[in-house]
Order: sequence, then structure tokens, then C-alpha cells
Amino acid sequence: MYEHDVIVVGAGGAGLRAAIAAHEEGADVALVTKLHPVRSHTGAAEGGINAALRDGDDWELHAYDTMKGSDYLGDAPAIDVFAQDAPEEVVQLEHWGMPFSREDDGRASQRPFGGMSFPRTTYAGAETGHHLLHTMYEQVVKRGIEVYDEWYVTNLAVTDHDDPEDRECHGAVAYEIATGNVEGFRANDGVILATGGLGQAFDHTTNAVANTGDGCAMAYRAGVPLEDMEMIQFHPTTLPSTGVLISEGVRGEGGILYNDDEERFMFEYGYANNDGELASRDVVSRAELTEVNNGRGIEDEYVHLDMRHLGEERILDRLENILHLAEDFEGVDGLDEPMPVKPGQHYAMGGIECDENGHTCIDGLYAAGETACVSLHGANRLGGNALPELLVFGARAGRHAAGADMKDAEIATGPSAQSEPGDVEPPVEPGAVDAGSDDVAADGAAVEPDEVLEHTVRRERERVESLLEEDGINHAEVRSDVQETMTENVNVFREEDNLRQALRDIRRGRERYQDVAVADPSRTYNTDLIHTMETRNILDVAEAITLGALAREEFRGAHWRAEFQERRDEEWIKHTMLAWDGGTPNLYYKPVLLESQWKEYEPKERSY
Amino acid sequence: MSTIEQQEPDETETETETETAVESPGDRRRREKADRAVEDEARRETEEAADEFDEAVDLKVFRYDPEVQGKEEPRFDDFTVPFHKGMTVLDALIYSRDHYDSSLTFRHSCRQAVCGSDALFINGRQRLACKTQIADLDGDTIRVEPLPHQEVVKDLVVDMEHFYEQMHAVEPYFDADELPDDEMEEQRQSRENREKIKMSTRCIWCGACMSSCNIAAGDNEYLGPAAINKAYRFAMDEREGENRKQERLRIVEQEHGVWRCQTQFSCTEVCPKDIPLTEHIQELKRESVKNNLKFW
Ligand SMILES: Cc1cc2nc3c(=O)[nH]c(=O)nc-3n(C[C@H](O)[C@H](O)[C@H](O)COP(=O)(O)OP(=O)(O)OC[C@H]3O[C@@H](n4cnc5c(N)ncnc54)[C@H](O)[C@@H]3O)c2cc1C
Ligand code: SF4
Ligand code: FES
Repeated sequence: MYEHDVIVVGAGGAGLRAAIAAHEEGADVALVTKLHPVRSHTGAAEGGINAALRDGDDWELHAYDTMKGSDYLGDAPAIDVFAQDAPEEVVQLEHWGMPFSREDDGRASQRPFGGMSFPRTTYAGAETGHHLLHTMYEQVVKRGIEVYDEWYVTNLAVTDHDDPEDRECHGAVAYEIATGNVEGFRANDGVILATGGLGQAFDHTTNAVANTGDGCAMAYRAGVPLEDMEMIQFHPTTLPSTGVLISEGVRGEGGILYNDDEERFMFEYGYANNDGELASRDVVSRAELTEVNNGRGIEDEYVHLDMRHLGEERILDRLENILHLAEDFEGVDGLDEPMPVKPGQHYAMGGIECDENGHTCIDGLYAAGETACVSLHGANRLGGNALPELLVFGARAGRHAAGADMKDAEIATGPSAQSEPGDVEPPVEPGAVDAGSDDVAADGAAVEPDEVLEHTVRRERERVESLLEEDGINHAEVRSDVQETMTENVNVFREEDNLRQALRDIRRGRERYQDVAVADPSRTYNTDLIHTMETRNILDVAEAITLGALAREEFRGAHWRAEFQERRDEEWIKHTMLAWDGGTPNLYYKPVLLESQWKEYEPKERSY
Repeated sequence: MSTIEQQEPDETETETETETAVESPGDRRRREKADRAVEDEARRETEEAADEFDEAVDLKVFRYDPEVQGKEEPRFDDFTVPFHKGMTVLDALIYSRDHYDSSLTFRHSCRQAVCGSDALFINGRQRLACKTQIADLDGDTIRVEPLPHQEVVKDLVVDMEHFYEQMHAVEPYFDADELPDDEMEEQRQSRENREKIKMSTRCIWCGACMSSCNIAAGDNEYLGPAAINKAYRFAMDEREGENRKQERLRIVEQEHGVWRCQTQFSCTEVCPKDIPLTEHIQELKRESVKNNLKFW
């Protein structure tokens, strides 16, 4: 058994920032991560990081844009704290040596981004995330923070009190990939989940292969509700063959979208008469697919993004990385030809419910980064808002877990914050097929922390043993079936019949998953085993996304429904919550907070 | 560091069963499963041979697992993969794993040349599998091996620990002599200075350079191109200040530092991020000469 004050699961931007913050509060921290930290997907972020740094801009404008962008599904306390803390965090990154692009006066450059009323997106070429990730990892090295890399966390050690709000998290169990050892990690003060995105629930995604929603699924099964899972962001400019992202920076710098008739459709077909290509991501994604569906797409699949007119010098200065991506992954020279693009899954706005200190309803369990939902992005995340989120909420979770004195949270969490029961009739029974197989693992509620952990370790060892020893089907088919149905049926455009079909397919996936086993019997670097366990998590998050989408009968932000073409504020300014409840997903709603201690927001129409 | 010979291995010898009297039920089940895995694989191989594709690529992949009977001797497996335009070597490996043999082991994550986890030895050269278009490779067969000069853990996975240690040895973190008084004030950095360090900041820690370097192969203590490049990244950053720069130069001037480099350019040739590594090493040599002149 290993023991630390704070265990951070995941070492992308959120995990690294949380670890640094907890360390600065004097805690003994460890990072446990299935990849080496510099391999985390934060490194793939391209466009930039938003913060009100310059004259003429201030946090209130940033907060306002974020709330409007969220289509009034963000919580004001989260948004306000975020916009207030972001500048300090970005300047701190600069003080840690981050190689930002520079203005003539030597200060960090900022550029315009979609949905922002001020050019407040700070960037480092078109590889901002790479520099952010490395800069923060360097600070972790400098502080000598312990890193367990290539350790896959399989479960949380949580007591099994009936009410999740009485439960406590005492640590986590992880599998050492190189050796096959399953070990307990005891956390005296707290476990912070910073496991990143869940893009692998879809088959056309900008996300890394490692983004399998592990944190969401583990927290969910331990009793923490998932919030607004239906809110999946599709990015309008991904390369058709691979899903590799072409940064919004291209449109920020003036890149133009054309259909097959070489029309600048954002204006000519009136999708966004004010902002054109720089309208919010959901608007642009729908515009592109409408063009394709109406026969104006290129090869019936994609549209063109053109940046040739920006000139070689500007492209090389600010978007050089994009040239490499288009060349390496699509064989297109962006200086000479337009680049093919189409929408792809990009970001999960929903996730593990937590308050503005990262705390979940389970004592000692925190979440930060893309896996979490403080409710900052609501129904639509603005480009450049995820990286500052990692910093702001990573730092807050780290400080809080380390016991730093912070004010009570304004955002309530847990099933008791329930306001109204949900009403959804899925075509098949959702949830565990063999209920209770691996949710909370403790024997009785009142046991000692070490026993809770030991018990969980035992169960995880058994799970690994049986996967390794038994014969069965390969997980890969189950996984690809789920990914396909999600892309086919739970995409940018959603219809009731399709959503029902997806739930049936997921159910079938669950049934087949009962028969999976790992073909590779080895204890050494068994990626087959890891992928098999990840597939279980993919099933849980895919189902949560689809259930939420079926239940939300309106059109808000990224969530478009064929049958409901309007935003319905009276009924639907509320968060979709899904609690596992021993294997039976329980859907309920909780109110959106449009008021914080600083401001009150009035829902307005989103026009671009 | 033991390096596994990556040559075409002989027919695998079947070891005599070293069964101990006290085999636990778990061990037994695992052993039985291992036996079944070997049988399954034999069957798969025959099926594979029967598969016919219109257009296909042949992968020859290095295999080794110290733990599994029949795989503890290094060997090569052949996989036939349907080809489509735009396909990368990583796609072909994933296809082989998902369709033929789920135990085929390699690292990968981002699929877009930023995570640095899939540097491999492909057709005799260090490359990122995700960034290597099959159409750009010559020959009918693609030969995929782990990075040379590193210890093989299993199949295509090598132990990166030594590489990380060398990176850490150069104190790879920003350390300014002083920061602006106002906490909210940025440090100023000129565009020229950013331009100067820009290429050096692109390193994704893939290890290709180190694996291609003859000097590193012979001198285990040599810092290696990636770590020296990291030192360059900070030494040349005007925000750090003169004191720190002196310390950084002292690190790279040591016996197993910049002076070991014999400017063979192999690192520069293989770096997937086009970092001019040899040039950076040369520049640090010049700096350290100047540095010494100043003091002696
Ligand atoms: C291509 C792309 C471009 C983007 N560009 C921008 C941009 O320009 N601006 C912006 O603001 N946002 C951008 N985003 C969004 C943003 O980059 C991500 O939301 C953010 O980086 C996620 O960071 P994270 O720390 O939450 O997760 P990650 O960086 O994904 O890290 C997750 C960590 O968790 C670990 N992990 C996962 N599961 C387990 C497990 N079971 N056990 C142990 N460890 C585990 C992984 O090893 C990894 O270390 C972009 C996203 C993508 C995909
Ligand atoms: S310098 Fe280039 S080859 Fe070497 S580790 Fe960095 S990216 Fe890889
Ligand atoms: S998979 Fe990340 S660099 Fe190739």
C-alpha cells in the first residue's frame, strides 16, 4: 500500500495544477496516471487560453460571454470565480516560463476567439496545450512531487453508506501496467479525479485514445451524480479522415469556410450574419452539416476551410502547427489549398458533479478538469475556456483537498440537492446488467479507512484475475459498436428514434460485456487488459450521455433535437442529473444558478 | 542496460515444463490460458494467410514477452492489413491488434504527433508511427521494431526510464533570477528571443533522437540530444537571467555533456518535431567556451 495526503488521479493540465496547489499548501501529494504526464491530452490543445488581461477587458465581460455561450446552463458562482481567477493563473504560467507568443512590447499576445467579445485568448503558436502541459510538468519536477506513471486507476475506495452523501473516499486502487501489480493508494486528505475527456465514446473524435471517461465512470459508480452529460461539444473543424483538430485559431485569424459551390455559407445562408465563421462552435457545426445534408458538401462529407489569403508569413508565425497537421494527416498543403473539415466530437461539457472547490458529494473525493462539471460551460463551451478551467479549478481542488481554509461552496451537490424527479422512458433497462458488480466496494459502512481500501484492493485483484484467466470475447468489438452507434445516433443532430436505438445498442453492448475476457494472459504491460477495463467505462458514459439527451426535450446550446426546435427556458433551465443508485440510473434535475454573490444573469437569446 | 538483440530469431524452442509441485489454482488457470492463447494464435495465423485483400500492406512486427510461453524468445509476426489512402503505420498496428492479436502491445495515445508515445523503429529509422504515412514508405513490407538501444519491456514497448532520468538531470524547469514586483505583470520577452527558443520548446520527449545517437549507445551517462536541447531551451531564455544561465552551462559542460557530441546529425535527422538538435548542441559548446574564457 502507498500512502499520501492527497492522491491526484491523472496528470494532464488539471491534475498537475491540482498537485502543485496541494503541494504549496504543505500536503504530501502524489500523481497517479495511466500515461506519463507529458503524454496527457492537454498537450494536444492548440488555440489558446482565455483571461481578461488587458485594458478594456475585465472579468465581468469574460463571465458574461461565458454565461451567454453556455446558453444559460452554466452556474453563475462557477463562472464568476472562473473569470476572476483566470488572469492570475495565466500570468502565473507566464512566470513559470511558458513560451507564449509575444507582442512587440514583449507581453503575451492575445487573439480573438469564437463567442468572445474581446480578443482575450492568450496563446503559444498553435500548440498552446503542449507548452502548458510541459511548463506545468516542469514545475512538478522542480517541486519533487511524486509521480506514479503508467499506473491505471481501476476503482475508488469508498464506503458503502446507503446515502452517497454519507460516503467517504479513502483512496484509490491502481494497476501497475509494467508489472501487473494491483495496489492500494491511501489518501489521508483526499482523492482528486483529473482523468480528462471521454471522446472515445464516439468514433470520430479529436480526443486521444486514452480519453475513455474513466473518472466519470468511477465516480458515477461510487455514487456521485453525473451532470449535463448530454452536452457534448462537436468541433466544426476536424480533419475528416482522423478527427485531428484544426484549431479555432484559424478562424480567429480570419480563416473562411466554403461549401462545394465555393459559397461563404456562414453568411450566404444566414447561419450567423454577425459573426460568420467566428460564431459559437455549435452554430458552425450545425451549419456545416446542414450544407452537407443539403447536397452542398464536398464529396458529401465535408466543407473547406481556407487560410491561404492570410499570407505565408502570418500563417507561419501563428498557425504553423496547422500546416503540419494538414500535411501529415490529410496530405494537404494549407498554404496552397483549402483544408477539408467536418464536425467531430471534441469536449464533454458535463461530467462529475462538483462545487466550485472541486468537491463532490462524497467526503474526500474531488474532481477537476474536463472530467468534472462545476457547471462552467453549461450547454456550450467557448473555445479557449477549458485550459483556464484546468488551472482555476485544478488549483482550487488541490488547495481544498489539502485542507486550505476556503469559504463554503455556493453550489450544492449530491442527490439531496434534487429538485424534481426526471421523467424518461428508455426502451430498454439502463444500468448494470449484473447490478452491484463493481460499485462501492466496502463491507459495511463503519469500517476503518485501511479496511475500506484493502477490501477494494481485494475486489480489484479478483476482477483482474478473472479477466486474465477466463476465456471470452474480445472487448474491441463491443467498444467499436458503442462508438459507432454514438456517432450515428447521438451526434450533432438528435432525434428520438435514434436516441432510443443508441440505448438499445448500448444495452446489447453491456450484455456482451459480461462475456469479455482478455486474450493476453501476460502480467507485463498488458494493454489488452487496460483497454478491456476502459470499455466498461465507455459503456457507462455513453449511456449517461444518451439518457440525458433523450430526456432533454428542447434545443439548447450543443443539444439539438429534431422534435424540439426551441430553447424552452421556463421548463429547461435546469441541470440533468444522473445517479447510479446501485446500478439503476436515477434521473433528476437540479436548478441552474443564474445568480452569484456578484452578479445576476438574465437569459437572452443567443445571436451571432 | 541490456539490449535485446533484434535479429530474426530462430524457431522458438519449446521449453520443458518447469512445473513446480505447488502451483496455485490461479497460476494453473493462467498457464492453461497461455496454452490456449498459443493455440488460438496458430489458428489465427492460418486464417490470416487465407485472407485476401484487394490492396494490402504487410507488417512485420517485432514480438517479445518475457512472461508468456512461446513469446519469451524475440521473433517477428506478420500481419496483412487492408490499405486505404491516408493510413498511417499506427493505424495498421491498431488494425492488427483489434483484428488479429489483441496481445500486440505498443504505446500510443494522441494520434497527432504531440504525445510522443509511439516512437518506433520503422523500416530501419526512428519515426512516430502516427505521423508515418504508409504510402510514403518504400518497399512491400513494413518492418516495425522497438526503439533500438533501449531495453524492451514487451513487443514494441521500451523502458523510457533512462531517457526520463537524463531529461531530469538538466534541471528542466524555468527558474527566473527575479520576477516582476507586481504579481499581475508579465515578464517581458522579445519576439526575437521567443523565436530563438521556439524550436527547442517543441520537444515531445519521444526518445527518437536518443535512440538514433551512436554516442548515447556507447556512453550510458551521456545526457543525450533531448536533454541538452532542454538545457538550451532554458539557457537561451532571456527571462531566466545570467546567474542561472551560468549554472545551466555548467551542467552541460560536464564530462558526459555537450563535448561528447560528434556532430553526426543523426538526432536532427530523426526528430519528428524538426528541432535542429545538433545546432543547439553546437551553440551550447560555443557558449561554454565563451563562458570559460570569461572566468579563466
Ligand atoms: C485537440 C484538442 C484541442 C483543444 N484545444 C483547446 C484550446 O485551444 N483551448 C482550450 O481551452 N481547450 C482546448 N481543448 C480542451 C482541453 O485541452 C481539454 O479539455 C483539457 O486539456 C483536458 O485536460 P485534463 O487535465 O482534464 O485532461 P487530460 O489532459 O486528458 O489528462 C487526463 C489525465 O488523466 C489520466 N488518466 C485518465 N484515466 C486514468 C485512469 N483510469 N487512471 C490513471 N490515470 C488516468 C491520463 O493519463 C492523463 O494524465 C482542446 C482539446 C482537444 C482534444
Ligand atoms: S528532441 Fe525531437 S526526437 Fe528528441 S525527444 Fe524531443 S521530439 Fe523526440
Ligand atoms: S500517438 Fe501521440 S505522438 Fe503518435
